[in-house]
Amino acid sequence: MKQIAVLGMPNTGKSTFFNRFTGSHAHIGNWPGITVDLMMAEVKLGDEFAEVIDLPGIYDLRGFSEDEAVVRCFLEKTPLNLILIILNTTQIDRQMILPLQVKQLGLPAVLLLNMADEANRFGVKVQSDLLAQRLGIPVLPISAKYGMGYQKAIATITESLQQHQDLVQVEGLDKNLLNDRQLANDLKEILDGAVEMPLRLSDKWTRRLDRILLHPLLGLPIFFGAMYLIFQAIYAIGTPLQKLLGNGLDWFKGIALEPLLSPLPAFVKGFLIDGLYVGIGTVAAFLPVIFLFFLCMAIVEDSGYLSRAAFLMDALMERLGLDGRSFVMSLMGFGCNVPAILGTRVMRSPSLRMLSMLVIPFSLCSARLNVFLFMSTSLFAPDQSSKVIFSLYLFSFAAALLTAALFKGKFPSQEPLVLELPPYRFPTMKQILIRAWCEVKHFWIWSRKFIIFGVIAIWLLNNLPTDVPTASAQTLSGMIGQALQPLFAPLGINPQMTIALFFGFIAKEIVLGGLSVIYGQADGGNLAGAIAQQIDWVQGYSFMLFTLLYVPCLSTIAVIKSESKSLKFAMLSVVWSLGLAWIASFVFYQGARALGF
Amino acid sequence: MSNTHLADLKVGQSATILAMHIDTGLQHRFNALGFRCGQEIHVLRKGGWMKGPLHVQIGMTEVMLRRCDARHISVTAVGVAA
Repeated sequence: MKQIAVLGMPNTGKSTFFNRFTGSHAHIGNWPGITVDLMMAEVKLGDEFAEVIDLPGIYDLRGFSEDEAVVRCFLEKTPLNLILIILNTTQIDRQMILPLQVKQLGLPAVLLLNMADEANRFGVKVQSDLLAQRLGIPVLPISAKYGMGYQKAIATITESLQQHQDLVQVEGLDKNLLNDRQLANDLKEILDGAVEMPLRLSDKWTRRLDRILLHPLLGLPIFFGAMYLIFQAIYAIGTPLQKLLGNGLDWFKGIALEPLLSPLPAFVKGFLIDGLYVGIGTVAAFLPVIFLFFLCMAIVEDSGYLSRAAFLMDALMERLGLDGRSFVMSLMGFGCNVPAILGTRVMRSPSLRMLSMLVIPFSLCSARLNVFLFMSTSLFAPDQSSKVIFSLYLFSFAAALLTAALFKGKFPSQEPLVLELPPYRFPTMKQILIRAWCEVKHFWIWSRKFIIFGVIAIWLLNNLPTDVPTASAQTLSGMIGQALQPLFAPLGINPQMTIALFFGFIAKEIVLGGLSVIYGQADGGNLAGAIAQQIDWVQGYSFMLFTLLYVPCLSTIAVIKSESKSLKFAMLSVVWSLGLAWIASFVFYQGARALGF
Repeated sequence: MSNTHLADLKVGQSATILAMHIDTGLQHRFNALGFRCGQEIHVLRKGGWMKGPLHVQIGMTEVMLRRCDARHISVTAVGVAA
């Protein structure tokens, strides 16, 4: 099969082109020695198939960032028939260095001048024929977003592919690249007379919008307002969808699974329904929220507002070793940690991503809020319970700040933050939907095994041996709960509550379900009474603190592992959050008792 | 040689880049974003509270960068942009 790679600088619409070109049927491919996910897809060009690989966006083939190393490694190891180079036409004067470098390497190429519509609007005029003649490769203006010039580009790519039957492999990449002076000379010769551009970008709309959105006083309130609205929108639509999905799965369980499996022994039936089926349900429950989250994120990112948010929040975040984009993700984590962690992919510096992924799990997500609402109303007077919830939000912020402060030395980001602030753009519906769909697919593929396995493991702990009541003191989890008493008694957490924390490993949504199994009280009111009888508010608050800080849920661990590609890092996140939870609960419980509460 | 750095420019001022005191790897990144010696640079705004980043314009590109990084870029003495 023919091999084609797509190369370009960040923010040139490379992914938009790739999605249009491949019809979003892309999957993640594997290459030896390459640790970053590369998307690839098969495309039919003329009467033959070609494999198209989307390389990470890079600025310079000589650069030292991880992405640049990945592209170099890829080019040296993978023979190619053709390389497609995408540039943002408006910035052709500086982006032309990539095609020049590719030309120097002797790779057959086609140059696509993207965002031709925008370039036109900004007064950039390019004679692509003259450029093609000078470079010796086809040069075509396109708009990947609106499809302008796209058919012609495909025809040219197909034609070039037929001309280049042989695979070409790059040898001695570093040797062959020009030095800065040669590059600057070549650049001038190529562009001279072929490209006409204004001295300075003048986009009235961007100027005006920035004057408001980046206003020294109004900027931040507008930013928080916008985040609040997005947040509300995601969960106002997402939560009912999640419920609907849950009800649908329950309905299917009731009408089909249970009757079908009823002849089986109780243990096997329980394993299949409460273990496996619930596991699948746990994964599925995240899909609507992830879809909606990335729908919104695509708008925020593609419109150009995300880099503005980075500008607004950077001063504070810089001191924490993070950047403004980490802040946006942490905020989103207050809805659900899982999409927030997936969203850190917009940051290309690995250590910055790692630090963000370590911080996000402390955001008090909506699942944890449910547990706290229940516990606080059963243990506190109505006027106090809202203060209790508020204090937990404060603890959530404090834990995130502490984590960033403690670990910023361990994950230092040496890369200076130079972010492009692109002109404001209207994202297209198609772009947004494709992005959200790809993210959902990605999550489903990478996380389901881990999550289903985890749910089954916890179910087994709660149900083995088979001849005792579920989650009772005689089960494995009961025994572990007992064995852990020396650790949990100093926190005021009794064995029953310890088992509930086991349930919480799967998802915080099922902590309450777990408690009702443990206390044998299905009704919420009775359960609240039973808990209130057994523990006082100090123990209850200690339990809530622990629930707030320890591992958010299996799905979060699963995405941390798949996004960081490091089990060690995922374990660090788990161990640190457990440790912090223990210390916080210990200090609170012992402190409160010492003060006589 | 002037001792003015990009971070010293006030909002609305323009100057020409004289030198960039950063290592080669990062220089490529800055070059690719349009930072080159002899290139004119214009400060659009500065993050107000807690010494926020700079919003600058170089040719057809707008970029944000932190003040600590902007200190490594020396520029010609200041001329106010039209």
